[in-house]
Amino acid sequence: MTTMTDAMTLVTAQGARGTRVEFRGVTKVYPGGSRALDGVDLVIEEGEFLALLGPSGCGKTTALRSLAGLEAVTSGAILVDGMDVAPMPANQRDMGMVFQSYSLFPHLTVVENTEFGLRMRRVGAKDRRARALEALEMVGLGHLAERYAHQLSGGQQQRVALARALVTRPRVLLLDEPLSALDAKVRVQLRDEIHRLQASLGITTVFVTHDQEEALAVADRVAVMNDGRVEQVGTPEELYRSPASAFVASFVGLSNRIPGVVSAGRVAFQGAELPVLGTATDGAAQALVRPEDILFVPAGEPGSLAGVVLASSFLGSLRRTRVQLDDGTVVTVQHDVGVAPRPGEGVGLRFRGVPVVAVAG
Amino acid sequence: MAEFTLRAGLGGGYDLNHWADIIDPENERRYRALFTGISNSIVLAAVTVGIVVLLLVPTMILVTLRFPRLVRPLELLCLVPITVPAVVLVVGLAPVYSVLASTVGTAPWTLAFAYGITVLPFAHRAVQSALGAVDVVTLSEAARSLGAGWARVVVSVIVPNIRGGVLAASVIAVAVVLGEYTIASLLNRQNLQTALVQVSKSDPYVAIIFALLALAFAFTMLFVIARAGATRTRRKRT
Repeated sequence: MTTMTDAMTLVTAQGARGTRVEFRGVTKVYPGGSRALDGVDLVIEEGEFLALLGPSGCGKTTALRSLAGLEAVTSGAILVDGMDVAPMPANQRDMGMVFQSYSLFPHLTVVENTEFGLRMRRVGAKDRRARALEALEMVGLGHLAERYAHQLSGGQQQRVALARALVTRPRVLLLDEPLSALDAKVRVQLRDEIHRLQASLGITTVFVTHDQEEALAVADRVAVMNDGRVEQVGTPEELYRSPASAFVASFVGLSNRIPGVVSAGRVAFQGAELPVLGTATDGAAQALVRPEDILFVPAGEPGSLAGVVLASSFLGSLRRTRVQLDDGTVVTVQHDVGVAPRPGEGVGLRFRGVPVVAVAG
Repeated sequence: MAEFTLRAGLGGGYDLNHWADIIDPENERRYRALFTGISNSIVLAAVTVGIVVLLLVPTMILVTLRFPRLVRPLELLCLVPITVPAVVLVVGLAPVYSVLASTVGTAPWTLAFAYGITVLPFAHRAVQSALGAVDVVTLSEAARSLGAGWARVVVSVIVPNIRGGVLAASVIAVAVVLGEYTIASLLNRQNLQTALVQVSKSDPYVAIIFALLALAFAFTMLFVIARAGATRTRRKRT
């Protein structure tokens, strides 16, 4: 019997390769004028795991479907290893795709589903079956090869879909919110499995999600999209620590919006003063401060802000507490579970000296 | 009906003479219209099923996949024939058939064009429910991303998943062909129904025998469909 490691080694040795993908000024306008993609420029390097992250309607799925050939772009070029694939039909692009909704063919068994792409490529029956079984072993479902889709759980169906997408050794693996229909525990398991497989196979992967935790957990780099544009591309740490815009700062992770005044690259508020990330116009502004960059200190400590605890939530490994400052501003503080403030309790707060994003207003 | 066909005439009692008369070579001329009507109806059924399978089904798949905005208009269009009485339909079809006569002739099979229209409401509903039961858009996109061209998508992915609906639509088409009388009669075409009426005037027993056989045929078809559906369900649950 082929072990999971053997199967992975076989797939890797026989076909895995990195492919460079580039979106060059890609625009997609739907009939009626809705602009789903607005001049998207994006480079995905060979073997990279890139997540497209953004709210609903930001264009991330349209970008993925344009790369897959399931949507025709209005203008711009999509280069795959230097060749513009925009005019090519989907069935000639050699992409493997896993969909948000379950997409296994109901009339075929698990192994027949997995073989489908190989059948389209006219691979011989014997080789086809062997490769399909290897791919199923790779996702740990070799023992369910003869079942039908409706006999599998949601997580198993998505694993089969993953095996089916990988078995053809595609140039790029496209994942269109493949975890969104699964329950929380299965979602995390499959997310980690996708991450492990991608790292082992070295296949260029584009992962669409609106879940920032998912994106930050698995991707080498994350492209944050908003209104059909790419707002920022960077590693999860870069996005979190150095957001390029107020949108990225507020979308990736939690942020407190605290009114203040910008002057000479620093923002002053509530008696505190912090350096500003990037450039900011002098004047009234709102500082975006991460909850973990606010610390509890003893009430009345010199230089601290006074506030009253509104509520505190236990979240397992950490705790989040909402505090109302003297001027009425409400901030969220993320802290150790060892500290358990009670509602109505007076507390002192101090800001870490890390740079923050400041937006006008 | 079965009891009536076994009656032994005015003397009372039962026998199989009326059934035997059908295959008696001496009666060949007497029942020729009936056999001609049967063969015409078989051809009509085949052509009508062909219209449903080769024209209606691909159109519905195309509309569902590529022109989803046309799903409702197509449904309304397919419902129109059910609102038009057969007599009115014939009045409209008569001039069309006079043109058809000069191009493709007046062969009985041409009646299938009219039957292709009358069967639309029923066949459309059967196919539409099958298309609605599976996410054909996602399945076709999955197949396309795996390298299938449009023809393969339809043949290898969509049709197998709507097979029950297509089968039901085909049986309905046959049932309509075997049940329709008005259009065939008013357009002067001979099929099983017109032949039955004609023969029943001289031999009501044989007319009833063939009516019984037509019923048995319809029930057999329903049974075959039910079996096909059950086999598929069992295969799925294995």
